[in-house]
Amino acid sequence: MATFLGINLFALSGQLLVGLINGSFYALLSLGLAIIFGLLKIINFAQGAMYMLGAFFAWMALNYMGINYWAALILVPIVIGCIAILIERFLIRPIAGEDHLYSLLLTFGIALVLQGVFTHLFGSSGLPYKIPAELSGGTKLPFMYLPNYRAWIIVISLIVCGSTWWVIEKTKLGAYLRAGTENPQLMQGFGINVPLITTLTFGFGVALAGFAGVLAAPVYSVSPDMGSSVLIVVFAIVVIGGMGSIGGAILTGLLMGVVEGLTKFFYPEASATVIFLVMVIVLLIKPAGLFGKEA
Amino acid sequence: MKLMKKTVLAVAMSLATVAGVQAAGVSDDVVKIGVLGDMGGVYADIAGPGSVVAVKMAVEDFGGTVLGKPIEVVSADDQNKADVGSSIARKWVDDEQVDVINGAVASSVTGAVTKVMTAAEKITLIAASASHAFTTKACSPFNAHWTYDVVALANGTVKPMVTGGKEKWFFITADYAFGHALEKVATGVINDNGGSIVGGVRVPLGTTDFSSYILQAQSSGADVIALANAGADMVNALKTAAEFGVTEMMDVAGLLVFTQNAQALDPAIAGGMKLTTGFYWDMDDQTRAWSKRYMERMDGKIPSMAHAGAYSSTMHYLNAVKAAGTDEGKAVMAKMKETPVEDFFSRNGYLRKDGRMVHDMLQVRIKNADERTSANDIFAIEKVIKGDDAFLELSKGGCEFAMAK
Repeated sequence: MATFLGINLFALSGQLLVGLINGSFYALLSLGLAIIFGLLKIINFAQGAMYMLGAFFAWMALNYMGINYWAALILVPIVIGCIAILIERFLIRPIAGEDHLYSLLLTFGIALVLQGVFTHLFGSSGLPYKIPAELSGGTKLPFMYLPNYRAWIIVISLIVCGSTWWVIEKTKLGAYLRAGTENPQLMQGFGINVPLITTLTFGFGVALAGFAGVLAAPVYSVSPDMGSSVLIVVFAIVVIGGMGSIGGAILTGLLMGVVEGLTKFFYPEASATVIFLVMVIVLLIKPAGLFGKEA
Repeated sequence: MKLMKKTVLAVAMSLATVAGVQAAGVSDDVVKIGVLGDMGGVYADIAGPGSVVAVKMAVEDFGGTVLGKPIEVVSADDQNKADVGSSIARKWVDDEQVDVINGAVASSVTGAVTKVMTAAEKITLIAASASHAFTTKACSPFNAHWTYDVVALANGTVKPMVTGGKEKWFFITADYAFGHALEKVATGVINDNGGSIVGGVRVPLGTTDFSSYILQAQSSGADVIALANAGADMVNALKTAAEFGVTEMMDVAGLLVFTQNAQALDPAIAGGMKLTTGFYWDMDDQTRAWSKRYMERMDGKIPSMAHAGAYSSTMHYLNAVKAAGTDEGKAVMAKMKETPVEDFFSRNGYLRKDGRMVHDMLQVRIKNADERTSANDIFAIEKVIKGDDAFLELSKGGCEFAMAK
């Protein structure tokens, strides 16, 4: 077996790949947060709860309505996006002019309510969700056994993250979006419906969390607290990447997945803390984050 | 004004005398049971609100009064935090006349609560916690540890596997007191029976992704992966093991699996796994009869071993209060230890000197999908383990007050 400095390289490559898979989840979730913060300046603490909601909706769709995984992957994010639009329209917009703290507390409250309701309805033990038949099984790589579903997670997350980045940074629609948040009065003067853009952006950012939730349902336990446990890590990732930097959130998400994966290999006890350690170091050296612009 | 003060004083004094006279009977004219537990967190399903229901059922079945005084049940959420748990316990015994606490789930909380209760010379009925410390190093004359403990789990699950030829073990351990205790005890059982430990990882509580650890276990060359964790951590680890094809190459042993956890797992993944439990609702007519009544009150949710243990311990406590003619902790505990514990939950049970309730444990297997007749049909009972074989011997525990004399 190939070794380098006493480290089994085969085992190491397996860990790198596994880290990348986790990183894909982080990327999807932090991308949603970064869009919402970067374009709307809302710190959305309900993002984790929406991720949880995505997994639960996928479970409910399958068990109550017979809607399979593939349909859920498209339908659930749409439903969650619509819920987010209602939340934005009726709860967040009335406090839009206030300090950031208000929207932070509001979304945090929404998260607690959702988590409490689902604990009440479904208990805290979690629910089973099967891997779709098309993606069950796995491929034998030289250094590890790669379950097909995990490979699918990387591929689909990269596609979704990449196209979102491209739309926001490279297209006319994205330019409207960015301009609308930079100077809303001017944009409205040009006849662009800025409130509508704001609402849709919020809906899309949250829908990304719902999408990640559906993606997570077959591999992680579908439970009410799945969102709160991942949310803090994802916030740390957004801070490391630079608040509001779209590309930064994606790259940092993937990178932190790998960093965490390597920690799990070399010193598992620290794996829950390592991302926060990175955050502290980054904030000390570059307060705006790795990809953030200095204010 | 002066007169009034005098009157008040006189009334207070006469009341105090009355209370003094009654000290042998029921204090404060009420027997109050405090149910403490995780009401909304990770352990809410295996204990929590279900334990409150179970304790209330015991009180109702007992008749609602003892020695002519009413029995009251109060409950609180300890949020799995030791400081929260101990301050509730202190408030209960100091200000609210609580006579006994049933509950506290996380072993860390139970440890803090039993200290408060011991200082107040009041009994703690431990129905859901796993650590065996409460009847060994941290034992107390006021502890009654009811349902199960880590030693019984390790003896029941690990021993038959090691003697059956599964000799090399890899541990995935929750990185806190409970996980460490379980790993330590299981390691002892493995070594004593000729097995060996080929590796292990300590994983922070609440980890979602176990794929990295499963890969490490896979390359360790072990025969068995032992999961020394609980709840969602255990479910996630097992799911990942199945996904990475590990379950086809090696065995996975869940060291602490509640019925509710097994229910949360796809039978295709968990089917066939063996584990140890203190109670299963579908064991015989007695367990089914009690569980049916419990389920009617819990929207059809099945009881865990902790729920059944909460009922059994409360019933035994109330019987002891009646027999002792008082709710004073020491006298009640003496009666509890004198009387055998025999009910739907406990078979051949007795409360040992050190506070360990020794009773028969069950070795069960998680049923495969084709064996299941309903969503609640989860375990097949393989073997009954005699209480004295399952739990740690009194002489090996090192509980000082129980070993003296």
